[in-house]
Amino acid sequence: MKKALPYIIFILLLFWHVAILSQDRFPRPEFESGHVYPTNQMPVPRAPVWGYIDLAVLLGALTVTTWLALKKRSRQGLVWMSLFSLAYFGFYREGCICAVGSVQNVSLALFNTGYSIPLTALMFFIIPLLFALAYGRVFCAGVCPLGAIQELTGIRPVKIPKLVEILLAFVPFIYLAIAILFSSTNSQFIICRYDPFVGIFRLDAPYTMIIFGALLLFAGVFVNRPYCRFLCPYGVLLNIFSRFAGKHLTITPAECTNCRLCEEACPYNAIIPSNIEQKQEEQDKSRKRFILYFVFVPVFALAGALLLYNMAPVLSGANSNVRLAREIRAEKKSGIESTLKDVIAYKESGKTETELYNEEELIIGRFRNGSPWAGAFLGISFGIGMISLTIKSRRSEYKPNQGKCYSCGRCFKYCPIKVKS
Amino acid sequence: MKADKNKYQSRRDFVKSAGKLIVVLPLVVVPALLIKKTSVKGYVWQIDPFKCTQCGQCKTNCVLTPSASKCVHAFRMCGYCDLCGGYLRQGVKSISTAAENQLCPTGAITRKFVEEPYFEYTINEKLCDGCAKCVKGCGDFGNGSLYMQIRHDRCVNCNECSIARTCPSNAISRIPASIAYLPKDRK
Repeated sequence: MKKALPYIIFILLLFWHVAILSQDRFPRPEFESGHVYPTNQMPVPRAPVWGYIDLAVLLGALTVTTWLALKKRSRQGLVWMSLFSLAYFGFYREGCICAVGSVQNVSLALFNTGYSIPLTALMFFIIPLLFALAYGRVFCAGVCPLGAIQELTGIRPVKIPKLVEILLAFVPFIYLAIAILFSSTNSQFIICRYDPFVGIFRLDAPYTMIIFGALLLFAGVFVNRPYCRFLCPYGVLLNIFSRFAGKHLTITPAECTNCRLCEEACPYNAIIPSNIEQKQEEQDKSRKRFILYFVFVPVFALAGALLLYNMAPVLSGANSNVRLAREIRAEKKSGIESTLKDVIAYKESGKTETELYNEEELIIGRFRNGSPWAGAFLGISFGIGMISLTIKSRRSEYKPNQGKCYSCGRCFKYCPIKVKS
Repeated sequence: MKADKNKYQSRRDFVKSAGKLIVVLPLVVVPALLIKKTSVKGYVWQIDPFKCTQCGQCKTNCVLTPSASKCVHAFRMCGYCDLCGGYLRQGVKSISTAAENQLCPTGAITRKFVEEPYFEYTINEKLCDGCAKCVKGCGDFGNGSLYMQIRHDRCVNCNECSIARTCPSNAISRIPASIAYLPKDRK
């Protein structure tokens, strides 16, 4: 054995060349005329500094929008701000990266090794939320390009029935839960895939995206901000954070005199009227009802967790490896060869079936771990939503619902109160 | 009565402050958890030419038209053959630059005589649409010197690359922007 060692090492060293020569079916030419190989000049990608410039613009835009909404109280100013954000974050940056999609990057980074979230993506996630916590949904008002395009095309607002609004308002929660579930299991970025306006920003998209975007914008002429109200998953987070804002946009620049002129001002139904004239319900009765709904919240959470736990296999179909494993299994069972490119590529790759099925098990396991949390989140949100619908607090002023109000400033002109500057 | 009201108000304030704290917590915890997993540099999408199976979806699945992924030629790997597997379609009667003999549907490959018996094949980037037919031909019958790459003057750098999502061999992944390309003739 010792004698053979140098020869073994020699053979092993020869294998070093296999990688380079493995596909050399035809020998490389030896040019006699002194011909020189041409060089491939590949274009460089956008320098990283531009990403940080985008961040700076984001901060600047948020600051200006906050000042316009809270201090200057100018609806015109906010419209111009929306136009700027549409131009910069929308058409110039082509809508990517946006704060709405950054939720997925964060969830991918939190639950997976091997992915580093770019600092710009993390900041795009955090900064609008910080502003929402402090000043309300100013991000929606003048910075988000999706919000901007809807705001600028929402010219004939129509009020929709309250029940429809309440039911549709639950959709963003489902969207957020599924988006986080899919991105945390490294399956898909559904927010990006189904973004209706990015095709318009890029001026290039498959026709299905264009139709979806155009239809939504057309609907948005009448039912304003349809994506913001009924789809935006980031809006769920902004909604929660904005409720705790200390300095939020107010309808009146000073004190509310209950003149009721702003009652129909908001196309998003975000103005909560005062109810000092209404008869106050018995405290006992309302307290009992509150406790009842409060007790139901964990019940809803459990029901949601159980429901989504059972849906885990179905949901895991979003992952391409799981779909491949199922296709292979179906192929074996039916005996009919699959024509899917994935199957052909898999067969060429030399990956064993055991490996594939193990991967599938792992991924389904991750879905089984994650979906109860998604379900619990949905249950809790549902429960809290029910509670908030039944709480009747005493209000002496007309105020915006801090969770729903986009700080767009449409209500400013309805308030007759003027402050001497 | 007033004492009750104040108690109710202070309870409300407490709930509000508690809520604010609970809500601020994730804004602090999430970045703290991600400190080690944050990168300051940017990332771009790129095709690993050794994993690519030349399925042709690069052309159809990119959000841009024409696709941002195009064929690149690794000249140092090329055999400079007369009968090029990536230039000529299968079953040609004669070896020439006639359009009916070419594999490329857009005529993006130019064939140039260098010296006996070598021909140089160059890709015209403006005509290439990323269909990968030449890549497949070269890989099947030649040295595999033609390969697909995403060009970063065209690529919009989507958060989730539509081609990467549907790539049958998972050949597309994020690489640091400082590297940007994965050439086949890299040492």
